[in-house]
Amino acid sequence: MKLLRLAPENTKFPFMRFRRVSYPMSAALSIMAVLLFVFVHMNFGIDFAGGTVIELRAKGGSAEVGTLRAIAEKLSLGDVEVQAFGSQADATLRFGLQPGGDVAQQAAVERVRNAVENDYDVRRVEVVGPRVSGELVQSGTLGVVLSIIAVLGYLWFRFEWQFAISAVIATMHDLLLTVGFFALTQLEFNTTSIAAILTIVGYSLNETVVVLDRIREMMRKYKKMSTAQIIDMSINAVLPRTIMTATTVFLALLSLAIFGGQVIRSFSFAMIWGIVVATYSSVFICSPMLIYLGLRNEDGERAGASAEEEAEKIEKPKKAAAPAPAKPGPARASGKKTKPSTA
Amino acid sequence: MLRFATWKIVAILGMTFAAILVVAPSLLSPSSYEALASKLPDWARPPTIVLGLDLQGGSNVMLEVDKPSVLHTLAMNLRDDARRILREEKVAITGGIGQQARGVQFRVPDAADRAKIMPKLKALAQSYSNRLGAGAPPLDIEDSGDGLIRVTVTDTGLTEKVRRAVDQSIEVIRRRIDQLGTREPSIQRQGDDRIVVQVPGLQDPEQLKTILGQTAKLEFRLVSEPGENPADVEELEQTEQAGKIGVEKQVMVQGEDLTDAQPGFDQRGGEPVVNFRFNIKGAQKFGEVTSKNVGRLFAIVLDNKVISAPRILTPITGGSGQISGHFTVEQANNLSILLRAGALPAKLNIVEERTVGPGLGQDSIDAGKRAAYVGAGLVVVYMLITYGVFGVFANLALFVHIAIIFAGLILLGSTLTLPGIAGIVLTIGMAVDSNVLIYERIREEQHAGRSILASLDAGFNRAFATIVDSNVTMFVAAAILYFLGSGPVRGFAVSLALGILTTIVTAVTMTRMMIAVWYHRARPTRLPI
Repeated sequence: MKLLRLAPENTKFPFMRFRRVSYPMSAALSIMAVLLFVFVHMNFGIDFAGGTVIELRAKGGSAEVGTLRAIAEKLSLGDVEVQAFGSQADATLRFGLQPGGDVAQQAAVERVRNAVENDYDVRRVEVVGPRVSGELVQSGTLGVVLSIIAVLGYLWFRFEWQFAISAVIATMHDLLLTVGFFALTQLEFNTTSIAAILTIVGYSLNETVVVLDRIREMMRKYKKMSTAQIIDMSINAVLPRTIMTATTVFLALLSLAIFGGQVIRSFSFAMIWGIVVATYSSVFICSPMLIYLGLRNEDGERAGASAEEEAEKIEKPKKAAAPAPAKPGPARASGKKTKPSTA
Repeated sequence: MLRFATWKIVAILGMTFAAILVVAPSLLSPSSYEALASKLPDWARPPTIVLGLDLQGGSNVMLEVDKPSVLHTLAMNLRDDARRILREEKVAITGGIGQQARGVQFRVPDAADRAKIMPKLKALAQSYSNRLGAGAPPLDIEDSGDGLIRVTVTDTGLTEKVRRAVDQSIEVIRRRIDQLGTREPSIQRQGDDRIVVQVPGLQDPEQLKTILGQTAKLEFRLVSEPGENPADVEELEQTEQAGKIGVEKQVMVQGEDLTDAQPGFDQRGGEPVVNFRFNIKGAQKFGEVTSKNVGRLFAIVLDNKVISAPRILTPITGGSGQISGHFTVEQANNLSILLRAGALPAKLNIVEERTVGPGLGQDSIDAGKRAAYVGAGLVVVYMLITYGVFGVFANLALFVHIAIIFAGLILLGSTLTLPGIAGIVLTIGMAVDSNVLIYERIREEQHAGRSILASLDAGFNRAFATIVDSNVTMFVAAAILYFLGSGPVRGFAVSLALGILTTIVTAVTMTRMMIAVWYHRARPTRLPI
């Protein structure tokens, strides 16, 4: 049986050459993301903005957005957003914090309920007060920051410091672009989105660690090679895995986006964007960063400058090393402070 | 690598079997589960998966003690106490007692008088401290030296009072919700001043909020008559009619003295009413007041609003009575629940509410199931066409992986939420990553010219370090989500974390075992990968 291969075998893309393109591009995208975040406000859900969402389903026929809007207008609740939602019979009503605090907020829900009771079933009510939403913003931000610090610590402990810094820079890049994505698409940003972002952080680190692991291994094996060559070789080696994994996760998320229902949809879209960005950054942001941070291969020349000229020579040392498979011993001995791989 | 100790094989198969056994009852339809459970003794009833409120429908309400009202009560009590002390000590003050937001102030011109009452005030602070059990002083007594004395509630005093109010409220709320007859409500304190109430499968969230949002402080007071001292009279709103009514400040009988309250119907009009009964002390007091004041209006005051003010026609000495106030049946029912459960020690505000109707919950379960089936299906097919027979092993491992996640959720008693389902769908995608890492490594080693056994060996061993590193980072993210997240996000974190832990067992050890068994049977000359 012929098995499916998405990635061609034995690729030799000179990935490091792209860093002259990828860095300016990512920098531009990151700046755009920040600008979007500052100037085009995110579509904060009530978790963060405070307010009320009421989901209605018409008892018969379809939901009349126009009629609902007219009803809402009469109740003087401030800005009311009425939207069709999911199937034809469904609609959501969303309005902001009411002057008069928590008590007024509850009274407003009651008024809406009474006004639409005859024609609609109330399927979901969410009310978040102003102080609670402030706390949710705090704990969400804290969560993202803490997880990055914790992972930084772990990587520092397991790898050289350059690896930890590169991984964190790549992760922050992914984080920025994801936030920019939310601002650009106006997908609702709520606590579930925080979960999405943290999962993207996890996935991004997962990707990064796989590449870094291989780079570290290759560095021990080919001591004479420049860092840029090592990195190129490592990325090419893990490329089939990278593509394969990204595809399976993509398939899972796609089914979540299509079949998982309305509530999960913005989560799924953000995650799909996240895996694309995370895969890109592990290859084009994190790995070249090692060169900029001055990671040196032992006895190898300072990496970077000669990457292009040496790219062609990769073939030779690889062949030379290949017939000696079970030789992790010496490499391990000179592995210095890094922990030996479990070869 | 391909030698597997028998005990390992037995352990893995045993774990798989156990996981399936734990999950099986949750797969039964509710009716067949009931049929099974009814035949078993209590302790042997198999646990099933607990669905979050977003899946089974229900209400999640966060209540917060209203600090301003607590402070107001404290300040009012302080005024009464100060007045009592001044009277007892016969101390003259100039300009009366000034009420402030946090307490009282008054001017004692005479230095000897000041010296006389200071110890009394300190003793008062001590008694507050005893009552609240606070470490730091709950009252701040300030003598400015020129005669002005200020007694205020400190932040510690307020915080302690609020904390105690939360404790007492939890009890009252539990009694109130039990009356609604819902099953398994969860009532928990959160922080210093909040209570989270979760009631699954509630049909009428409005009733829940009505019942939670009322203090239910019941008082019987006389309606004032012309010529009374205005200082003793208070204007209160009425629930039935517009406008206010003057009632005496003195409370004759309190809701605390009730022993029972039941909804009923008025014998003459047939209107819904609440029948109540007093304890001995309350009955005596009630009898005394009603005999002394025949002909006057007697106000029934609930949460500082006058429900009704019937005229006392004859002395009521039997210890029972009736509250009428043009109630609906539901209102009468709610009021009797509130009176039976007792009053809340402080006003509670609803600061967050999340209610999901049962219909929407069912829709979410269906959507989640569909997404999981389709997602798993796609991944399974994809692994098959990419890795052939090795894909079969990865898929078997994936199946066990999912079974163990659910078994873990069931055994931990963790609730399955919609984001939790999303987490599981995501781990379906992530779980095969470990297999992919291993398989790609095996391919690589084979391409590099190693023997079959050496390729398999190197594939598993080398990929393992990577798998551990990458999963630890993911696990850290999940752990932080768990500790900082609330409700549904926590559910997501638990599923994610469980998925990551399970990966190591299923994707690495189990796949390895399957490949070992396969290798001994098939004796391949080349790995089909």
